[in-house]
Amino acid sequence: MGTENHSEVDTAAAPFARSGKDKLLDAQGLTKRFGDILANDAVDLTINKGEIHALLGENGAGKSTLVKMFYGSLEPDGGEIWWDGQKVAIDNPAAARELGIGMVFQHFSLFEALNVVENIALALPNPGNMKDLAKRIETVSREYGLPLNPSDIVADLPVGIRQRIEIVRCLLQEPRLIIMDEPTSVLTPQEADQLFLTLQRLASEGCAVLYISHRLEEVQRICHHATILRHGQVVNECDPTKETPATLASMMVGAEVIAVNAAAQKPAIGDVRLGLNRLSAPAATPFATALNNISLELRAGEVVAIAGVAGNGQGELFDAISGEMRVAPDMIRLDGAPCGAKGINWRRKKNAAFVPEERLGHGAVPGMKLSQNIVLTRHSTGDKLVNGGMVSTANAGEMEQRIKKAFDVRMSHDDPEARSLSGGNLQKFVVGRELDRQPGVLVINQPTWGVDAGAAALIRQAIIDLARSGSAVLVISQDLDEIFEIADKIAVISRGYLSEPEPAADMTRERVGLLMAGGAETQGEVA
Amino acid sequence: MRIELVKRKEHSELMSLMSPLIAVGLTALSAAIIFAISGVNPALGLYKFFIEPLTEQWSLEATIEKATPLILIGCGLAVCYLSNNWNIGAEGQFVVGAMFGSILPVVFPSFENSLTLPLMLISGVIGGALWAMIPALLKTRFNTNEILTSLMLVYVAGLLLDYLVRGPWRDPDGFNFPESRIFSDAATLPDVFGGMMSLATPITIIIALVLALVLAKTIKGFEIRVMGESPRAGSFAGFSAKRLTIFSFALAGGLAGLAGTMVVSGSLNQLLPSISPGYGFTAIIVAFLGRLNPIGIIIAGFVLALSYIGGEGVQSGLGVSNKIASVIQGLLLFYVLACDTLILYRIRMVSRRAANPAGEVSHV
Repeated sequence: MGTENHSEVDTAAAPFARSGKDKLLDAQGLTKRFGDILANDAVDLTINKGEIHALLGENGAGKSTLVKMFYGSLEPDGGEIWWDGQKVAIDNPAAARELGIGMVFQHFSLFEALNVVENIALALPNPGNMKDLAKRIETVSREYGLPLNPSDIVADLPVGIRQRIEIVRCLLQEPRLIIMDEPTSVLTPQEADQLFLTLQRLASEGCAVLYISHRLEEVQRICHHATILRHGQVVNECDPTKETPATLASMMVGAEVIAVNAAAQKPAIGDVRLGLNRLSAPAATPFATALNNISLELRAGEVVAIAGVAGNGQGELFDAISGEMRVAPDMIRLDGAPCGAKGINWRRKKNAAFVPEERLGHGAVPGMKLSQNIVLTRHSTGDKLVNGGMVSTANAGEMEQRIKKAFDVRMSHDDPEARSLSGGNLQKFVVGRELDRQPGVLVINQPTWGVDAGAAALIRQAIIDLARSGSAVLVISQDLDEIFEIADKIAVISRGYLSEPEPAADMTRERVGLLMAGGAETQGEVA
Repeated sequence: MRIELVKRKEHSELMSLMSPLIAVGLTALSAAIIFAISGVNPALGLYKFFIEPLTEQWSLEATIEKATPLILIGCGLAVCYLSNNWNIGAEGQFVVGAMFGSILPVVFPSFENSLTLPLMLISGVIGGALWAMIPALLKTRFNTNEILTSLMLVYVAGLLLDYLVRGPWRDPDGFNFPESRIFSDAATLPDVFGGMMSLATPITIIIALVLALVLAKTIKGFEIRVMGESPRAGSFAGFSAKRLTIFSFALAGGLAGLAGTMVVSGSLNQLLPSISPGYGFTAIIVAFLGRLNPIGIIIAGFVLALSYIGGEGVQSGLGVSNKIASVIQGLLLFYVLACDTLILYRIRMVSRRAANPAGEVSHV
């Protein structure tokens, strides 16, 4: 790992002539319907041997549905799949694996309490002797540059290594096609580079890769061919190396995506609105992260972003700042007032607002209407939603209309249950609910996670506008593109330590990557 | 052919209403089969069980009498279940409430005035709530499973009652029978509406209506529903799960205790070793059949009360064991929970791909 790998990847990604001769998988007219929704509408897709094939599209474009049909977990309603020149019916994942199709999921299906070899054995049809399997894991993983220690317990391993387990599990079955769903969303830039090397090695051996991602720069770097889905249909095919991220994005969205610009307006920096002073908290469960001596000053007018790989204490930090987890009073100050031991509504009354990472089940109750979900966070902020203990449905409904208009929340009928909204629309609603208050301090965790490009641009612009109007905004994000787009200062969280925030202009991806990989920790320990 | 459950985007209003009705229908169908197996004409059995109790004044009165505690306990349990607190011990809270409510008429029989009844009812509420506090505190303090602790305390309460009526509280003039002294008139709930029902019934209906309002309109009701559906979102709203656990157990225990006191004061008029035909357990079915909604619970309470009277009816009239009442109650709960699946899912039939190699569209 390191920067020298980077250049190697770049050169190796030379465009690969697309030849129609060696078709590995050929899907024709694949159709899948869910109720009234046509998730895939006569999709044609051809993957050649040894090709890294990108599947692009916004959320809800039908990417997952399509690959689930390839992996046998969904049955197509129409169309044909040809594999190596033969028409096949892939009835279940076992049949897919038998053909040589492997899949690495976005959300890992590993048992944390078991070790590496046990986890892999569970997924293999005939794992055989554990000792032999451990040896095979060691050999295969080393061969592909993904070294694993078979006896490590999964709970102790960082996310990047967990993904390796999934990939090695796939490789042990000697696949001819590997499907990867958003593989880099949990990796540091250096870990991602390592993954790209592995993928290129696989491709050079003739194994095909179907690569689902919304990170267009990556797709450009490593993919030989791209198929773009929109509303369940193939709208375009292209050679991504000949496109720019902007042209790829507009193909996906079907329109120009407005670029968000933070640098255009110079922030007028004011007083400290949120202060963290040696914030520490023990891990609440064996799988949680402890917070260690985190100090940060968030001033009026600026956006400070905290970068980091998932599971490094972001959730715990958010809970401490929001008041869902209590700490010592002086560790957190809002406009100078100590509030570490106060509840979330006390902090809301002090004009702070919070948007958690999980929109469904944390930021919103799935089975409740949007108007009721407004009451959820605003029942005690003086918005006349509760009068004498009674909830005012009328006022909540009015507010729902206002937020819907201001943030372009699209819904099939008025005031639906939160769970029926698409991810992007629900996120616009959850963010809009808080921005509607014009909060003095906004803390937002993963503002555009899993959100389509159009909604993401709207949310990012709203965050910047809020800061420029004199509020202080803290953004916790795993998306480096997003961070560089909106942040004035960047800090990195690693294993519960936070690095010193530095002006975004002075930061590079490499430096952020090094801090993610442990630099923040050493810096934090010294502090 | 394969049956698939397909998730709906939103819950179905129609199915929320239909699910208990479908469940009642399926229960009647199963009951008919059981009657047929026992050698009884199914139509006659169903008539005796479900219809006949409604045709005569005495059995109608008995149905109302049995429905009252079921509704009151069911309302309290609904608050627990809505907020994700699995209180299975209402039977014990009912018994302890009855014991607390009986302190005045049994230990201080000479205290007879207009305060006697109100004080009895209040102590019944306190008794039930205190008993419910044990599993609630164990849950909030030590994270114990409230299903186990509340259930086990049912048997403790039963033995406690048994000890009292056989020991210290035995009627000195009762020829050594295990029962307390008969309550004085001042300690007896009066009958209302020309003797149709005791005062317990209107009290219960009023409490159910107030609770319906609280659940539907107030911020407390909102808190209860949020906590039940997603505790994480509840804590984001600033609600405390622990406080709500204490609150809902106290409410359910208090209402069960009130029901217990009203049963001993209104119908039995004394403490006996056994004062409940399983009201606290049957009320669990009442709560679910009533959609955890107090108005629905009023209706469900009558349906389940019918099964007690109907069970006695088929035993005396047709010679079928009255255990059939428990069987039918169990079937009903089973069907209600099964049919609730339809609120968030719909059923569709899928033909296997092998059956239509032409690949024709097979969705519904």
